[in-house]
Parts: sequence; C-alpha cells; structure tokens
Amino acid sequence: MKVSIFVPCFIDQLYPQVAFNMVKVLQKAGCEVDYNANQTCCGQPAFNAGFYEDSKDICRKFLKDFKDTEYIVAPSASCVGFVKNNYSKLFENSSEGAEVNVLKEKIYEFTDFLVNVLKQEDFNAVFENKITYHDSCAALRECHIKKEPRALLDHVKGLELVEMNDVETCCGFGGSFAVKFEDISGAMADQKVNNALQTDAKYIVSTDMSCLMHIDGYAKKRQLPVKCLHIADVLASGW
Amino acid sequence: MAKKNDTLEYSKIDSRPGEPAFKARSSVKAKDIEHRRKINFNIGRYNAVVPVGKTQFYDLETARMMAKNKKWEAIEHLDRSLLQFEEELVKRGGEVIWAQDADEALANILEICKAVNCKTVVKSKSMVTEEIHLNAFLGQNGIDSIETDLGEYIQQLDEEPPYHIVTPAMHKSKEDVARLFANKLGTEPNLNPSQLTQIARYKLREKYVQAEVGVTGANFLIAETGSIALTENEGNGRLSAGFPKIHIAIVGIEKVIPKLEDLALFWPLLSTYGTGQFVTAYNSIISGPRQKNSEPDGPERMIVILLDNGRTKMLADAKTREAMFCIRCGSCLNACPIYKNIGGHAYGTTYSGPIGKVITPWLRGMPDYKHLSNSSSLCGNCTEVCPVKINIHELILNNRHEAVVRGESKLSERLAWKMWKVSSNSRALMNAGNGNLKNKVVGSLFKAWNKHHTPLEFAPKTFNQMWKEQHKN
Ligand code: SF4
Repeated sequence: MKVSIFVPCFIDQLYPQVAFNMVKVLQKAGCEVDYNANQTCCGQPAFNAGFYEDSKDICRKFLKDFKDTEYIVAPSASCVGFVKNNYSKLFENSSEGAEVNVLKEKIYEFTDFLVNVLKQEDFNAVFENKITYHDSCAALRECHIKKEPRALLDHVKGLELVEMNDVETCCGFGGSFAVKFEDISGAMADQKVNNALQTDAKYIVSTDMSCLMHIDGYAKKRQLPVKCLHIADVLASGW
Repeated sequence: MAKKNDTLEYSKIDSRPGEPAFKARSSVKAKDIEHRRKINFNIGRYNAVVPVGKTQFYDLETARMMAKNKKWEAIEHLDRSLLQFEEELVKRGGEVIWAQDADEALANILEICKAVNCKTVVKSKSMVTEEIHLNAFLGQNGIDSIETDLGEYIQQLDEEPPYHIVTPAMHKSKEDVARLFANKLGTEPNLNPSQLTQIARYKLREKYVQAEVGVTGANFLIAETGSIALTENEGNGRLSAGFPKIHIAIVGIEKVIPKLEDLALFWPLLSTYGTGQFVTAYNSIISGPRQKNSEPDGPERMIVILLDNGRTKMLADAKTREAMFCIRCGSCLNACPIYKNIGGHAYGTTYSGPIGKVITPWLRGMPDYKHLSNSSSLCGNCTEVCPVKINIHELILNNRHEAVVRGESKLSERLAWKMWKVSSNSRALMNAGNGNLKNKVVGSLFKAWNKHHTPLEFAPKTFNQMWKEQHKN
C-alpha cells in the first residue's frame, strides 16, 4: 500500500525524529512511504487567527502537493482535523470543492490509520515505563480518536498506562492563544501537568506534538519530573 | 456620545473594555489557586449531577437536534414570531414595548414606576436586567431594586455583578457567604447555609409586601400563545411576577420559541444542562395580567419589554445568527477550561464564558471586545456540551475572521501572516537558515512564549533536508 506522508511544519522544523519514527512504523506495517518534498504546511495557523485568505493560498498548495495520492497520513490530529473539517468551508462553492471532497476522505491521523485502515496494533515495540496519555482536543473532537492510541499502547511491552484526571481537558496550547494570553495558557498547562504528575507517570504521550511542545516547555521551565513523547516515538522504540 | 447606562457599571468590579484590561484581570485570576479550587469544587458538583439529569432522555442527541431546529425556526422567522407573540399577549390585556437599546428600555421602566409612585421593585434573576444595569439605574432614580434570587441577593449584598449566568455566586464558598451576611446584615458569623437562607427569606418577604412593581426576565417567549415562561428553583420569580400590582418582564428578542408544546422539550433540556435536574422546582407560564372576570388575583398590568440592544446585528449575520439559539443554560461556561481558570468577572462583560465571547463583540462592538474571541484555545468542548448544538467554537473563530475582514486586526499581525504565507509557499525558504539561526529569530519574537516555557529548539536540519539527503538519487 502506498502511503503519502504529510509532515506538519512544526514537526518538520522542531521534531523531525517524530516524522522519521512514523515512517519507520509505517514501513514495518508494510507500507510504501512516499514523501513529496515540496510540501510545507496545511494552512491552519493563519486560518485559526482569522486570516482565511492567507490561509487559503497555503491550502491550495497543499491540495496541489497531495493531488495524486492514495492515502495521506500525518502525525498530527490537529492538521488532519483542520483539513477534514475546514477545507470544505474555505473552498465552498469554488472550483476546488470536488478536489477537497476527495482529499478529506483520504487523509488520516497516524494512529487512526494504523488501527482502522491497516488494522494493525502490535509493532513489537518495547518501552519499559509508566506513562499517561493526553487526549488532544483535535484528536478527540475533530477526528473522534480516543480508543486508537490506547489500543496501540496496549501492545507495547513493558509500558504501563495510567489515566490522569480531566484527561479530556484542553492543555491550553491553542496556537497563537499561547502567546497572546500566555498566563491563561500557562495556568491550563499547569493543571494538565499536575494531573499527569499525580499518576506518577514518567512520560506524557499524545498524538499531537503541538500540545506536547506546550506541556513539555512548561514542565521543563519549572523543572517538573515528567517528559513528553509523541506516540510514534513510543511505537518505534525497542526494535 | 456616552450612553446613559455606560456609567452604571459596578464600581467594585473592574469591567473596563479592551484587551489590556482583560489581560490584566485574567492574568491575576489565572494565578489565583484558591479561586481555582473553589470553581473546580463547584463545577465538580455540577458535573456530578448532569449525567443524572441526562438519564431522563430516551434519545438525547435527537432531543438536542430537535431543540436546535425549533430555535432555528423561531429565529429565522423572528419578524413573524415576535409579532405573533405581541398579538396574542395584547389579546389578553398584556402590553408590549419594543426597546431598541438599554436607554430606551430603562426610560420605559422608569416611566411605569413613576406612574405608581414606586419606591421598591422586587426582581427575579435576569441577565437582561444586568445587561441594561437596571438596579443601578433605578437606584439613581430613588427606587430600591431588590434581587430576590438567593444567589443574586448574595451578589447584590456584595455589590458584585453575577459571576455566572445560572449560578451567580459560584465563586463564593459557604463560609464566604456567612461572612458577607455577618458584615452586611449583622448576623452571627458562621451560620450554615440553611440558616442563611432563612435570613434571606425573612428579609425578602418584607420587600414583596412593599414592592409596587415586580421585574422578571423570561426564559422563553411563546409565540403561539403570547406567554412568557419562567424557570426557577426558589419560587421568587413567581412571586415577583404575581404579587406586586405591576409586572414588567424584560426579555431579549432571541428568547422566542414557536409553540407552547415546545416547552416539553426545552424545560427538561434547560434544567438538565443548567443544574442537572429533570425539571426545576418552579416553572410558570404567564400569559397576561389578571383577567378581570375570571381571576381573583394577579397584577393589574403586565408589560413585556422586548429588547434588541445589538441583537439584530447578530441576526443580520447569517453565521452568527446561530448564537441566538442560546437558552442560557450556562453549560458552556462550566465546560470551558478558560472560564474555570479566569472566572466570570475577568471577562468584564454581562455574558461570560464561550457564549459571551461569541455575542459580546456583536452586542457591544468589535473594537472593544474582539480580543475575547482571541482568548480561546478553540478546544471545542463548549460546542460539545451545548444543548442546542450551537457551534460555539466555530463562531468564536468566525469572530476572528470578521475582525480581519473589517480591517480591525493589528498591522503587525497582518504583516506576520503575509510573511508566513510567503515562507509557507516556498519549500526553499522553509529550509533556509540553520536551527541555531531560527532559534535566535523565533526566540526574540516569542517573548511571551518564554515566560512560561523553555525556548523552542529548532532541529539543526529540517525533516525535509534530512529526507532529501537520505534519498539523493
Ligand atoms: S451557548 Fe449553549 S451551552 Fe452555552 S449557555 Fe447557551 S445554550 Fe447553554
């Protein structure tokens, strides 16, 4: 099966190893991984700031970059949710409408793709740690992903998952929100990290690096004893 | 020109408009751990009972969808439904006043009060009366306006606006209330909640006897029968509407529902999402003043003031119109992680929380309130919990877009997005510069980020560069 990966802009720039780990897992699952080196961003940042027209130009580029693909897989529910739910609003009544309809059916968040398309949950991963899992808002409410990452983590040897309180509550990232209203955003991270610490977990794992970037930056600044890992990093461990 | 009612804000609570004031207030509250504890405790109690209320629905999702459709019908045909309401109410001797803004509503109320030489008004809980600052206005005109809902009474004693649209004193613990009563009413300190309630009850009964005018809001306007419906738990709304000689109901025009039978849907929905009850203790349908030939008691006049105060601006916007479906259950406030951190007063608006972020910029102007739409992580939990399925977080985002379209965004932001567009359009630009250089540039731009986070660390090379190196041939 040929899978075209989308590497979100911030993963491309800040966390390239997450994308490499996703590739590693996809290849192990038997996929032929294809990467169009022209790709940049899905267009979400400007859209969420209300700059729909600027966003639209980048969305158009995304449409072009992923035109001839069978499946698109990305390690970010945030980007996938945006493409699935908002492209059709941006391109309502326009010539790209039909293309968008095709696109949003073939794009998948990484764990969703593994569990629901490839139907594989076990990659012989080993990760001997206690972890807690953070449901990102985009995974939960935009992509309706809740069981998938847990099913995958369940097969990781040595891994113990302890659920935290208020697990479905937003971590407070919200893109530009985190820099426009940094104190509110910080207070939200504080609660998230406290809930995680109460589980005694060493790691917070999630489908979304954007949440983790925020949670991790907060925990590090306060030197709190918890680290963050993308689920692709966990699934690619130990083999 | 400054509107009359702009000078009537609560002096004790800072409610200055604009982003800097909001940021200052919200930053203080976000750090207030004791505040966080109280709110989480009270919302925790709410969270525990709502699932119980939900069990009364055989098919909750369908009920919510039906409620949304009913509100859609009423709001899409608002011109007709309001006229129908007026026609029916007038048939039974009721009066209807159409008020374009707060000043018009206040002037009308004052005139009605003056005509009977009113000294005391008893009123039930109503956010619309908060919106027009009725108590302060009547006070300035020598009329005592007394809140009779216990939570509102507490807030009035403390000279604070309601903290929450359903539970006005949510931020106060029972100890706080006992202290407040001791200070203001000279009661024994350390009274328990039922003792405090008895005291309030005793004080308020006196006022009912004195009051010439009773003021209420309405949870619903029923177009078909020209009635208002009141939902409450203390019976004070019924008393305020039924006991004094004159009953004035002040109601936002969005409160309309098509038919009487629709209450069978809206009452349990509002109760469940508001307080976790199957149905609240008191529900009244009032369809006019005392009918001379058939009713022994009731008010001589019933006047319904239909208030616009900016609502027709929302109505004119095809997207935002949906916000008028709101039944003010408060559920989105309780579900909002930001509300839980900054509390109800930091917003500086009558309507706080997610729905407040949607409607306030329309009711009171984008320039002073558009920042509220930016102060959201767009987590979508509000949309998830709204009983009438308003796409709240999408409307918040739509407000951001509206501000951009109206040219009200900051120049620096406009430029930043143009730069973003240029670089996101070009793979070469996204690979330009090494990680260190990017760290420096972004680090200096993201001062606010570094306040609560360690600085972002760019990888020495992008994924794109590394991939290309690995797949050269
Ligand atoms: S927007 Fe929905 S959840 Fe919020 S108060 Fe209104 S009806 Fe309730």
